[in-house]
Formats: sequence, C-alpha cells, structure tokens
Amino acid sequence: MTRATRALFDRHLLGPALIGALAKLDPRAQWRNPVMFVVYVGSLLTTALWVRALWGGGGGSAMEAPGFILAIAAWLWFTVLFANLAEALAEGRSRAQAATLRAGKRTLVAKRLRAPSYGAPIETVPGSELRKGDCVLVEAGDTIPADGEVIEGVAAVNESAITGESAPVIRESGGDFSAVTGGTTVLSDWLVIRVSVNPGEAFLDRMIAMVEGARRQKTPNEIALTILLVALTIVFLCVTVTLLPFSLFGVDLMPAGTGAQPVSVTVLVALLVCLIPTTIAGLLSAIGVAGMSRLLQANVIATSGRAVEAAGDVDVLLLDKTGTITLGNRQAAAFCPAPGVTEAQLADAAQLASLADETPEGRSITVLAKERFNLRGRSLQPLDAHFIAFSAQTRMSGVDLSGPGGERRVIRKGAADAIAQHVQSLGGTFPAEVRSQIDEVARRGSTPLVVSDGALVLGAVELKDIVKGGIKERFAELRRMGIKTIMITGDNRLTAAAIAAEAGVDDFLAEATPEHKLRLIRKHQAEGRLVAMTGDGTNDAPALAQADVAVAMNSGTQAAKEAGNMVDLDSNPTKLIEIVEIGKQLLMTRGALTTFSLANDIAKYFAIIPAAFVSTYPVLGALNVMGLASPSSAILSAVIFNAIIICFLIPLALKGVRYRPQGAASLLRRNLGVYGLGGLVVPFVGIKVIDLGLGLTGLL
Amino acid sequence: MTNHAWSLLGLYLVLLLLSVWPLGRYIAAVMEGRVRWLRALERAIYRLCAVDPGQEQGWLQYALSVLVFSCLGTLALYAVQRLQVRLPLNPEHLANVSPDSALNTAISFVTNTNWQGYAGESTMGYLTQMLGLTVQNFLSAAVGIAVAMALIRGFTRHGALSIGNAWVDLTRVTLYVLLPLSLAFALVLAGQGVIQNLAPYQAVQALEAGAQPVPSTQTLAMGPVASQEAIKMVGTNGGGFFNANSAHPFENPTPLTNLLQMLAIFLIPAALTATLGHLTGDARQGWALLAAMAIPFVAAAVLAISAEQQGNPILTGAGADLNIGVAHDSQPGGNMEGKEARFGIADSALFATITTAASCGAVNAMHDSFTPLGGLVPLVLIQLGEVVFGGVGSGLYGLLLFAILAVFVAGLMIGRTPEYLGKKIGPFEMKMTAIAVLVTPLLALVGTAIALMTDAGRAGISNPGPQGFTEVLYAFSSAANNNGSAFAGLSANTPFYNVLLGVIMWFGRFGVIVPVLAIAGALAAKQRIPVTAGTLPTHGPLFVGLLIGTVLLVGLLNYVPGLALGPVVEHLLLWTGSFGGAQ
Repeated sequence: MTRATRALFDRHLLGPALIGALAKLDPRAQWRNPVMFVVYVGSLLTTALWVRALWGGGGGSAMEAPGFILAIAAWLWFTVLFANLAEALAEGRSRAQAATLRAGKRTLVAKRLRAPSYGAPIETVPGSELRKGDCVLVEAGDTIPADGEVIEGVAAVNESAITGESAPVIRESGGDFSAVTGGTTVLSDWLVIRVSVNPGEAFLDRMIAMVEGARRQKTPNEIALTILLVALTIVFLCVTVTLLPFSLFGVDLMPAGTGAQPVSVTVLVALLVCLIPTTIAGLLSAIGVAGMSRLLQANVIATSGRAVEAAGDVDVLLLDKTGTITLGNRQAAAFCPAPGVTEAQLADAAQLASLADETPEGRSITVLAKERFNLRGRSLQPLDAHFIAFSAQTRMSGVDLSGPGGERRVIRKGAADAIAQHVQSLGGTFPAEVRSQIDEVARRGSTPLVVSDGALVLGAVELKDIVKGGIKERFAELRRMGIKTIMITGDNRLTAAAIAAEAGVDDFLAEATPEHKLRLIRKHQAEGRLVAMTGDGTNDAPALAQADVAVAMNSGTQAAKEAGNMVDLDSNPTKLIEIVEIGKQLLMTRGALTTFSLANDIAKYFAIIPAAFVSTYPVLGALNVMGLASPSSAILSAVIFNAIIICFLIPLALKGVRYRPQGAASLLRRNLGVYGLGGLVVPFVGIKVIDLGLGLTGLL
Repeated sequence: MTNHAWSLLGLYLVLLLLSVWPLGRYIAAVMEGRVRWLRALERAIYRLCAVDPGQEQGWLQYALSVLVFSCLGTLALYAVQRLQVRLPLNPEHLANVSPDSALNTAISFVTNTNWQGYAGESTMGYLTQMLGLTVQNFLSAAVGIAVAMALIRGFTRHGALSIGNAWVDLTRVTLYVLLPLSLAFALVLAGQGVIQNLAPYQAVQALEAGAQPVPSTQTLAMGPVASQEAIKMVGTNGGGFFNANSAHPFENPTPLTNLLQMLAIFLIPAALTATLGHLTGDARQGWALLAAMAIPFVAAAVLAISAEQQGNPILTGAGADLNIGVAHDSQPGGNMEGKEARFGIADSALFATITTAASCGAVNAMHDSFTPLGGLVPLVLIQLGEVVFGGVGSGLYGLLLFAILAVFVAGLMIGRTPEYLGKKIGPFEMKMTAIAVLVTPLLALVGTAIALMTDAGRAGISNPGPQGFTEVLYAFSSAANNNGSAFAGLSANTPFYNVLLGVIMWFGRFGVIVPVLAIAGALAAKQRIPVTAGTLPTHGPLFVGLLIGTVLLVGLLNYVPGLALGPVVEHLLLWTGSFGGAQ
C-alpha cells in the first residue's frame, strides 16, 4: 500500500476547514476548550465595548477609542478562528486519509462455493464481501480470506504470519485442528472453509469517530495538560482582574492634572488573552488529531487515543521472532553430509529434490547448491523426473528419476523422523552420525532437513532463520531510547538464544505459550513498565488485551484485532517502532508548544505593562525595551502576535516536532533550547516587526 | 559588594553546606523510627493521646489529623490570649488581647506564618509567650516537616494505601529534631546575652540622661526570650518576642548571634533535601533540589546587598556621601536607614534575604526602609512561594510541587508522559499541584485588591504612591505564603487587616498542605517506574536549571504587574530623579 502524503495546506482541505472553523464558533464547541473559551468571552466583551464606544460610552483616552477597541476585538476573534482552523484542518486531513484507506483497502479474492462441499460451483468474490456462514474453497498457494472452520479437506498451512512458527501446520476438518485464520496461506492440498466472522471494517469507522471533534475523548495526558493550562488561565484571570484596583489606587494617589488614566477594560482583556496559554490551548486538539493522522499515514488504525499516547512511554517491546526479527521463511545455510557422502553429492541430491519445489525454502536450497558447487538448475525433462510435492500426509517432498541412461533414483527431503520412517520402510537405517549432526544444527538455532536417496541417508541441510537486515541497528536505536526489546518465539531455548544474540535483542522468551506471554507482560507491568506487543493469532488475544500498546496485524484473526488497540494494515510487525516514535512525537509537540507558549509571556509583559501604565507612571516607559511606537500600537501588536503565532505553528502541530532517537537529557537540552529560548526571543522580534508594520501602514 | 559581604556570604554557605548531610540523615533516621533515645517519653505520649503508633493513615486521614491538630492549636492559642489577665506569669498585668488580634495571632502562629499585628512586649504576658506562642512555634514547624515526610513517603512507597501516621510523625519531629536543636541553640544564645527570665520589666537610668527629648529613665522589657528565640529561627517561625524582633539587642545581641540565627533559619529546610535524597536512595536527587534552592538564594543575596550598598541617589545628590570609605569594610556606607549599626549593610541585607527566602519572617532591619530594589528582593522571594529553602518542610514540599510542574512540561518535551522520582504524574496529581501552586498567588492578589478597594484597607496605608502599594502587596504576599515578615509602614492591627490576613494565612497554609497530602496518597498507591535511558534525569545541572526556571516563571509571572506598579516604578522614579510626584 502506498503512503498517502498530503500537502499541509491542501486546497481541497482548506475550504472545508475554513467553514469548519466558523461552525466551531458555537459556544458549545468552544466550551470544550476552556482556555479558548476565555478568549471567546473576551472577544464578545470587547465587541460589546466597541458598540458602547460607538455610541459615545467609555472614556476619552486612546485606549478607549472605538477604532482601537475594534482592532483588539477583531484580532481576538481571529485568535479564536485560528485555533478553530487548526482543529478543523487536522480533522479534515484525518478524514481524507481514512477515506483513502477505505478505498484502497486490499481486497483478497475468495472462491465462494455455492454449496458447502468440494466440487460445488465456484464464484469469485472480494474477500470483504464474505459474510459469516459463507463457504469458500482455498487451494495450494491461496491466502485464506477470513477466519473460519475447515469443513472438508486436509492441508498444510503456513501460519507463520500469525503464530510466528515458520514450520507449516496441518489443518483438517473435525477435531482440534479445524480452525483457520484469515491471512494465512495454504501450502498444499485444498480446504473447504466455513467463514465464521464478518469482515472487520468497523476499525476504520471507529478511528474516524475518534478524530471527529465532538466524540473525541481526551487522553489522560491531554487532561493533565488541560488542567495545567486551565490553572494558568485562572491565575492570569485573577492577575488581570486585580490589576484594575491596583491601577485605580495608583491613579487616585496621583496629583490631579497629571493625565493619569486607570487601565481600560479593553487593555485588561488584551493582556489576559496574551498571558493565558492560547498558543498551546488553541493547537492542543489539532496536535492530538494530527497524531492519529500520522498513524493513519503509517497505515495503522488506532482504536484508542490513550494507546497512541502510551506508545511514547513504552519501556518494553515484545516482538515475535518470525516475520519481525527474522525473515518469515528459513533459508538453506549449509550442507552436512553423512559419513561416506561428499558435500557435493548431498548438494546435488538436495538440489534435484528441490528443483520443482516452489517454496522459499526449496528455492533457497537450489540457490545454495549453485553458489557452493556451481550446480546449475537442470531441466528435469531429460531425467524423466517425477516431482513429488510436499503433502501433509507424508511430510516429505522430492523427486523420482527414471531417465534414460540414469539409474532410477528416489530422492526425498523432509523432517528427520519422516525421512527415518521412509528409509526404514525401504530397508535402510538412519545413521547415528546424522542424528548427532541434526542435534548440532538445532543448537545453532537452525532447522535440519534430512535428504535421502533410496534407502541411503545422504545427510542434512541446515535451514537457518535469517535475521532481517538492519534490525540490529533498530534495536540499538531502541536501546538508546530506553526501550528494552524481548523476542518471543516458540523455538527451544538454544535456538532462541542463538537468534537473540545475532539480532541483538535484550532478552528472549523461548518455547513461548500464550500463558507465558501473558505472565511475562504482567511481570513487567508489575514492575511499573509499559509493555507494547504485536500479535495476530487468537492465542495472542489475552496477551494483546493485557499489553498497554497492542498492535494487531490486519492479517490476524478477529479476536486478535478486537483485543489490540491498534491494527496495522500492512501487517508489518516492525511497525511498533514507528508507532513508538509517533507517540513520542505527539507528546513532544505538546511539551514544546506549552514551553513556547509560557516563555512568550515575558515579551508580552514587556510590551503591555509599560503601555498600560505609562500614563500613570511615565517612568515605566523605561520598560518599553522594544521601543514600540505608541501604547496602543504596543498592545495591538502583542495581540496580533498572539493570534498569528497560532497560524504559524499549525504546520508544526500537524507535522509534529521531529523525534530523534537519543537520550532523554540531550533531547531535553535541544528542545529546551529551540522552544524555550525560542519562545523567549521570537515574540520580542515578532511584536517589534508587527509594531513597525502597523506604523508603516498607518493603521494606528 | 564589600569584601566583608562576600566573606560573610561565603562563610554562611560553607557552614550551611557542612550541616546538610549529617542533619539530613539524622532526620531521615528519626522519621524511619530508628532514633529511639527518648522512647519511654515517646511511648508515654502515645499512651496519653491514645495513639497506636503502628496504625498507618491514608492521605485523607493524615490530612484530617493535621487539620484537627491545627484547629485545636488555634483554639488553645486564642483562649490563652483572651484569658491572659486571669492567668499567672503576667507581671506587667497586660490586658487580654482583642478578639480580632487574638484570632489573627492564633492563626498566624499555627500556620507557621508568625505575622505579628501586635507589639510583643506591650501585648503578650510571659505565659502567653511561653505556653501559647512558643508551643505553636514547635508544633507548626512539626506539622510542616511531617507533611514533607508524608510527601517523601508518597515517592518512596509503592502500591501503598498509607503515608504514615500524623501523630507519630509530629511527636518524633518535635522530640528528636526540634527540641534538641532548640535547646542547644537557646543555651548558645543565652551565652551571648539573650535574656531568659520571668522578671518584671526593669526601669534603668538612660545614659544620655537629661538630654531632651530622651527621657531620663527607660523601661526595659524582660522575659523568657532565649527559649522562644531558638525555635523562632530553627522552626522558621519568625515571631519575635519583642516588637523589634531580631533587631532588638535582647533577641539578637551580637554579629555572632546574627550569623547563628541566619544559619538556624536554613538549617532544617536545607537538611530536608538530604533527607529526601537519603530516603529515596538517590542522594543526587537531594543535592539537585538543594542546588535549585541555593542558586536563586545567592543571586538574591548579592542583589539585595548590592542594592543596599548603593544607597540612595537622592541623598547623594543632596550632598550626603553614602559611599564614604568604600574601600573600608569597617565603614561601608550605603543605605543605613532602618538598619542596626551593629549589623550594618551586609548582615542586614543578608538576613532580610534569608528570612524571606525561608518562610521565617524574623527581621533584624526594617524592610520598608530598604531601597526599592533591596526591598524587591525579599518581596519576590516571598512571592516565589517560599521554595528558596522555604519553611521547615513547607519549603521542600513547595519545591517538589514546582518539580512536578517542571517534569510535566519537560517530560512531554522528551516524548514521555511525565514522571518524577519514579512516579508517573497523572491528571489527579496535576490537579492537586495546580491547586497548591495557584492558591497562594490568588490569595495574595485578591487580598491586595480588596484592601485597595475598601476604605478600611486604604486607612492602614501611611505611605503615598508606589511605596504604599508595595506595603499592602508585601503584607498579603507574606500572609498568603506564610512568611510573616512585614514591610512595616502598614497599620495592620485593625479588625479589617487582622481578619482578612488571618483568613488568608489559614488558606495559604492548608490550601497547600491538603493537596500536597492528596498527591502523597496518590503517589504512594502507584507503582515505581524503573529508570531507563529514556527517563528524564532529575539530578543534573539541566534539571536544576529547568526547576529554577519553572519556579521563576510560574512563581513570578503572576506578580509581574504588581511588582511593576510597586518597587519597579519606585526604583525608576528614584534613579531618574523624578521622585515625589514631580513627573
């Protein structure tokens, strides 16, 4: 699936967003954001003051001229609108992305049977149209379109995408092995399956509901931050309200005729709006929605905002070995000949047995033989070869040769016990040396595949789990971020340890059963750690439900998807790493803008305090360090800066602060420098520039 | 600053730092119940009060205990003042204290504020001083330390439902920390000349007898001063035996006692940082908090001393040479108005910085007479919320509240939901922190506004313009933050000020203590999060800087307009030569 990239201010999104911003002027919508609600009330109040001033009410100072009040009122309305716009834009982007995903959702083609039996007429339908109770035929090479129950047939199924086990499993009707899961692949034979669930379309709908303003639930951290912002708003409200008596007292003690004027209500409202953290409050919900949106961009659907936030905090990452740390399929790595057999002989036989084998493992044997002994892939025709496919009954594959000039050969490869049975049936014996070689191979973390020619055991092929390229570096990155990685595998301890060491994970859980996984998660949680995991099988569901961040593969079972709090549409288990980064980015953006917003207050004080009180105490002009043109221009510049900074920061809120995997201290130092120091300096420059602009355009 | 000022500040810091680790560890041992040398007495107290020392309390129960204890203390102190005529040990037959003044004083001493609207020697009998005021000096200090301990337990315990037993904490702090320290200190003070008697006031022949307008005889107030003086400093109470407080020669006779008094103020607040470090098992956390206290303190002290040293430009302009002998440490010049000659600039300005950095409020000079900038420093230190060392216990829990705020924002900036000392900071902790941090600015600002808007409030203001405004702002800042020092100049012993300031002191104290205990309870119930490479380190210079920044930003932004209209305007008027309404 391609990643939807979208310009920040897409033309198609901006129009509806502007309309959305106006629609959000509804007081009920504003009430959801208490800080912006204060600005909203301030806008109403200054508008009323302006109307009163038009009718000749109010005083005669420059701060009470209708033109000045109108300018302040207008920019307060803009402040509200800009915040609304940010939220509407974020919502619009998420909706558009969700729509793209819905349209482009990969549809499996299913062979629906008209009657529940093999051989019944088939119709081809998209997998998403399957409903509970439908019967489908799945043949070798097909992907099972939905969770269901086998009602006819026996087949080998590759469930590695789900269980992490790379060895195929047998699924047959009746008994304990009749359940199959969507997204797994049938390797041999055929199955008739009765679909047991309706397709999980609901996830996208749930995600869309989460980004829609009205239904969006605040996450715990968002609530905590809102509490802080509201508290600051309350105290600044108190600061500005008490400033009026302070000012009146100052004026009362001045000798008459000094022109001392008490501070006007318009100026107090302007000061209040500048002091309260409007920048972060106006962008807070946009940041949250944009976080969801970034997840969607990564093709992940979150069903809880809390989980996205928790992703930033994850301390422990549980990763399935197969498909995440290693490639899903094993590859031939070495030939271990039996006594009296040369390596080349073994390679030749193994290659012959694999020439028609289209499984990745089979192909890898052919390739290895070619690389090692320059054995080219031969045509089977002249040899009059008869290929024996792998079947669930024999658990072997191979080739029968009866070509002219060549002697008749029966070459087989398969699991040790299957081959042992095979050679014994032909009167041969299984050499003890090969037996010990097999154990040795297993100890190295590999799987042995035994090759026989007639009744003679030629030796074993070592099938190795291949650790994905670059994964070691990712784990090192995670370690720097303070996240511990744990590999989960069904392999035995020896194999698991070997692979864990090679991949560079911090720890591993071998011979993992669902109970083991659950216990491991609980243990880490009891130590106060936050655990993330991926899973797709029904047996993962309890562990997924227990984990704090649980990513279910889209190819996984319905139960897994319901238990997790995110679904990865790409079914890519390494996605967890990206999800952690998105979670961190979300929190960092909030923190950065909060710091920026608070640091801004210092410059705003320097702009407004001298302007507001210079008529009472002309000496306060010394605090006008920015050299702003006039008191009214100073106050208006601060208000304008406060409004347009929201606009300027919308892209940052939507894109998020860039995350670099580095230690906490250096990350903090960097962000404090950029957003703390920046927050101190930028408004000094910005207010001065606006003040100059106001002077040039002659607006005041 | 003169050499004398630098060396005084240096000596002071060295002596203080030497005391931090041993005393901090000792307090930790006391709180853990490992100090038992008075166990017979301790057990007897528990039996008498029917306290089961093994019974732990949840935060609500702990808070209720503290509140009930403080209410009872207030009632008792009120009763003693109102009945002192009938009680023994009142040789001067001082009248019963008026109801509003008695209420104000009772709340003032129970909340560790020790704002004094009255003059000690002409209002309080010896029994009232000893059984009323001195007892509350001990108990209010014990409450502060107990609450700080409860908060530390919140961080150190995990999955716990209780945060200790308030009665046990109060008993142990008083028995093993406050009493021994005060006893030792009182003896030293007495050795230096601080009086300790129950004698009637003495009439003595004045040295300058006959020279008008000095009367030929003078009445010297007597009393059990040393015993009260010691805990006044050690418990950061600050309520003087005499009206002149530590400027009085019977309270603070020599430069040596002055130095010791200054040390006594910071002794416990500084040591508690080490207690925290010890109890959390990470001494660096304690040192970081100590640094976050010490750095702003040194900056403030240098600013205050320099401002006072500079003197008054108007007097210089009028021909008075205030800078005579800048080179002479023995005659440093500067602004000597309202200062004792035996202390001079450095010892007075440093004392003022210390007493307001800590929520002590004892004074050895009149802050009202400081230069505008010199007076700004104590005012700002109070308004920061008494976290630059602060009161015993209250300084530590106040700073921890700011630390929670700091990690909240900083934690977000590194992409983690915030945590401090291994505990996640969630919405509940944030709500309580917000209440605790905001309650004092709200009280101070609203109180000041009420005083300025009412005739009763304006009636007390004797100085015109910005100075009068600063006096009111200082009074309410001091009450809300439980400092207790006064800028003076404000006639505050009126029913209006007594009642309003009383109410503000009460809520300024318990409006913080209750949320702090709620935080302690919530944190104790949480799991401890292990430290990883992704954890924000809270012990390095970066965090110290961040914490100081948070204290300055959050603590000061609320007061910027008020400060601008008070000391800042006055400073500008003074130095632009436009003082006296000649704008």
